[in-house]
Amino acid sequence: MNSLIGADWAAWSVIAPLAGAVLAALWPRSGPLLGMVVSVFAVLVSAGAALGVWHDGPARAGLGGWEVPLGIALHLDGLSALMLLMTAVVGFAVSVYALAYIRPGSGRDKFWPLWLWLWASMNGLYLSGDAFNLYVALELLGLAAVAMVALAGGAAALTAAMRYLLVSLLGSLAYLMGVALLYASHGVLDLALLGQVMGDEPATRLAAALMTAGLLMKTALFPLHVWLAPAHGSAPAPVSAVLSALVVKASFYLILRLWLDVFPQPEGSAFALLMGALGAAALLWGSLLALRAQRLKRVVAYSTVAQLGYLLLAFPLMLAVPAAWHAVVFFALAHACAKAAVFMAAGSLQRSAGHDRLAGLGGVMRREPMTLFALGIAGASLVGLPLTGGFIAKWLLVEAAIQGQAWGWALLVLVGGLLSGAYVFRVLGHGFIRDLAVTQHHPVPALMSWSVLALALVSVALGFAGAPALELLTRHGGEGS
Amino acid sequence: MTSLYLIGGAILFGLGVHALVARAHLVLKVLAVNVMGSGVFMVLLAAAAGGEGDPDPVPHALVLTGIVVAVSATAFALALILRVKAVTGRAHLPEGEGDAESGGS
Amino acid sequence: MNADSPWLLIFILMSSLVPGVIIFFLGERSRRLRTTLNLTGAGLKLVLVGVLLDGVRRGEVYELRAALLPGVELVLAADALSLLFAALSAVLWFVTTIYAIGYLEGAPNRSRFFGFFSLCVSATVGIAFSGNLITFLIFYEILTLATWPLVVHRGTAQSLRAGRIYLTYTLAGGALLLAAIVWLSVLAGSREFLPGGYLTGLEHAYEPQLKLIFALLVAGFGVKAALVPLHSWLPRAMVAPAPVSALLHAVAVVKAGAFGIVRVVNDVYGSSLVLDLGLDLPLMALAVTTIIYGSVRALFSDDIKRRLAFSTVSQVSYIVLGVALAGPLGAVGGLVHLVHQGLMKITLFFCAGNFAETLGIHKVKGMKGVGRRMPLTMACFTIGALGMIGMPPLAGFVSKWYLGLGALQMEHVWVLGALVVSSLLNALYFLPPMINGWFGRREEPWPASHLDHTRFETHWMLLGPTLFAAACALGAGVLAGMALSPLDWVSFIVERDYAPEAGT
Repeated sequence: MNSLIGADWAAWSVIAPLAGAVLAALWPRSGPLLGMVVSVFAVLVSAGAALGVWHDGPARAGLGGWEVPLGIALHLDGLSALMLLMTAVVGFAVSVYALAYIRPGSGRDKFWPLWLWLWASMNGLYLSGDAFNLYVALELLGLAAVAMVALAGGAAALTAAMRYLLVSLLGSLAYLMGVALLYASHGVLDLALLGQVMGDEPATRLAAALMTAGLLMKTALFPLHVWLAPAHGSAPAPVSAVLSALVVKASFYLILRLWLDVFPQPEGSAFALLMGALGAAALLWGSLLALRAQRLKRVVAYSTVAQLGYLLLAFPLMLAVPAAWHAVVFFALAHACAKAAVFMAAGSLQRSAGHDRLAGLGGVMRREPMTLFALGIAGASLVGLPLTGGFIAKWLLVEAAIQGQAWGWALLVLVGGLLSGAYVFRVLGHGFIRDLAVTQHHPVPALMSWSVLALALVSVALGFAGAPALELLTRHGGEGS
Repeated sequence: MTSLYLIGGAILFGLGVHALVARAHLVLKVLAVNVMGSGVFMVLLAAAAGGEGDPDPVPHALVLTGIVVAVSATAFALALILRVKAVTGRAHLPEGEGDAESGGS
Repeated sequence: MNADSPWLLIFILMSSLVPGVIIFFLGERSRRLRTTLNLTGAGLKLVLVGVLLDGVRRGEVYELRAALLPGVELVLAADALSLLFAALSAVLWFVTTIYAIGYLEGAPNRSRFFGFFSLCVSATVGIAFSGNLITFLIFYEILTLATWPLVVHRGTAQSLRAGRIYLTYTLAGGALLLAAIVWLSVLAGSREFLPGGYLTGLEHAYEPQLKLIFALLVAGFGVKAALVPLHSWLPRAMVAPAPVSALLHAVAVVKAGAFGIVRVVNDVYGSSLVLDLGLDLPLMALAVTTIIYGSVRALFSDDIKRRLAFSTVSQVSYIVLGVALAGPLGAVGGLVHLVHQGLMKITLFFCAGNFAETLGIHKVKGMKGVGRRMPLTMACFTIGALGMIGMPPLAGFVSKWYLGLGALQMEHVWVLGALVVSSLLNALYFLPPMINGWFGRREEPWPASHLDHTRFETHWMLLGPTLFAAACALGAGVLAGMALSPLDWVSFIVERDYAPEAGT
């Protein structure tokens, strides 16, 4: 095992799902089997990549032996290893869930190739060290995600997919424009080289603004969030889980990567405060919408809009405490596990009851204690109640804010937690209403309830993973040994 | 000459964004995205001609790749429009859906 | 340190957690298995706490650590103070489990109920054994999460509303605590509870910050301890089934809050720092206000459970008052009341539940003549109520006596006045139900009870725990001078806490 360095492991995490996607497209019937094989494989190679980074530090590898600046580099450090691992764990649980959820005939032939394709492009995004390569990964990711939203087929899903597609194209073209400007002024595309040669010129600033705006759009950050709720709310449950937990994180990862490693720190605090204000607005507005929504999946989708707001707090917090982005990345991990579990639980309940209107779900919740239990724990992680990953994330965020004496942001994190408590317990409360008439109840398949419960337990286990995850994040930046 | 491409690219990009927002018909929106893409490609061409001496080959490779991506994205978008038209009967997005509650699945 | 030491703590936590989780997934029909699991868990916990008690007396150290973050650890440790609380929880849980099995016989959703009930006790025991503030916060929030389903258990619109209010208060309190604890760990590091406090020396550099953090901590714990003006969730939470009210009031929720304040004053700030920062007077004022306000509201509540709820609001603040006095004798009074109030209040709630379940009595006026129909329950009620009033030599008297001595020792004579006024008020609101019960006369016949109780005045599973709790409450007062009585144990703890001062 020591003969492979982390980057070699990591390269397999792109190759495997890509091969799986092609095979699943050629032989649709083998989709579920391929999905399982790729999932197990992805977990193993991601763990290998993380171990490699842990022991040997960040690594780079030129594709096909061509070195930068001529070739295209894969870049693996603590941040990308954690994102790979997050994708693998959530992806594994979603795949098991999808085995039972996606029935033969109802788009199964299309689901598996698209999902594996999406997986490959996410992993490619995390490993890419080249601005244009990132564009390609981003575009592939967007197209696969849109196609998966459209899988549900109804009018709502199709219009949501259309809206999502247009936003996604707009976002990636804005990003590409930024890349073109960067190349025009600096003549390189490799992120590490760009970071070294870049100064604070107007062209760079324009490029940074375009790229950030485009990526924010894809991350569905307020006020560019309008497309998210219909898209995530009307897609099939495993798709919603993947979109809310992973896909939005991918574009946020890119924002973070660019501002950490490439763009020069802007003078003054205006930019950071603007980002923070957007985050705050997302947190408050998304929570209010989640509180008002009448459908379970809408509640969860708006909760994503709200919780994405926390991610943007990285910028104002980093003004005072440079390592504050660690807290935000850990938050992203915790949110990915919890949100995927919540969406999957919502999908189970919807499948079981035949609808997802909150008012009529109580009876089914009571008949499915395991799903309700999973919904409860994952919900607790969203709220940031102990002993979950969400709690550690909230602790880290508040700690960063207090260390930097940024009282306003600390208050915002706490208020955001309370608001999420309000909408999570509002949902759970329906399971306790007395004398419910159950009009319809199909038992949830065991595979679905167990995979949801397992993922919910992972989000609890994350509560104890704080120390190693933060340690891994310190393996950041240039080449190690 | 270079600045002409640069400015032309910027104008095309801006026009594309305007049309994407202003036009309601979905095919027009997809065309607008393509116009934006052409704008980006012109900026890349300007970058290729920017240096002294021989033109830089890398932007050409980027434009070629970009065109491939744009073609597949356009094909996918047109297919999706057909599906939307078939199911809803219109090639427009419903207005004012926004954050309001709306039906789903 | 003994190699197998941490396991005992884990077993104590697991003895309620594991049955709880299993019960949660059990079908509604497997009643026998559920009952067995419940009683085994409760009994096992009692035995294990006994073993632990013995070990600690022999000087063994029990500790468990797990890193949560760099520099932040989850610490479980057994010291004398934590054992006091853990033993109280273990005993009362056992009793309440039996009571709850009898009380809920035939009711729907019992698996869910007992699952969360066990989870709730695990959280309480976790709070008892928490070795630092973050561990305390973790179990404190788990407690919130585990009690909410019990409050909304009945599923009526009223109980759902009570649940919403409960959550609003407790989650907000938890957020304040989180802020305070993180802040404290930024200033002083995330350190373990230490008798006499670990912040001494910081007050020169961070005086305003420490005061503000103290206020946040007291507010955060005060929500659960039902300090005025953060108390109003408690009377509303009375819509929960009687065993829940009993356990919430006697040990779990309000005591967790009070216990938190005790920890903050004794083991984080230390009483001398509290005095130096001048925090004792505001805390005392808050406690006295709550004591008087709760008593007055209790006086005007006709519903028995509501009257008991406001009585809890008032009585729990005796504990806060005791530690706020920041002297050894006051601390003895406050801590011993932690146990005494638990025993008396659980007795009273069991009695109220018996009246309601057997004869449908919910109001004080409706208690006329009940002493003849249910003499044993009424006798228990009398023991609890007289104890609350502070009749010598009952348990409440012991607490109030030491509180009074503590007030004199620290030269706060006005506190004595407050104690007298509150005792008068206690008498005013506890005498009417007693008089009604023993001397009142009921004209119409008692309604038929839905419980099957041929041999006793009510179902034996309701009566037994009531008698036992009353006996404990009686014993704690009358036998206060004996070794291993709550008073003896508390004196031992306080000696340890105040020993550093005595030395200098």
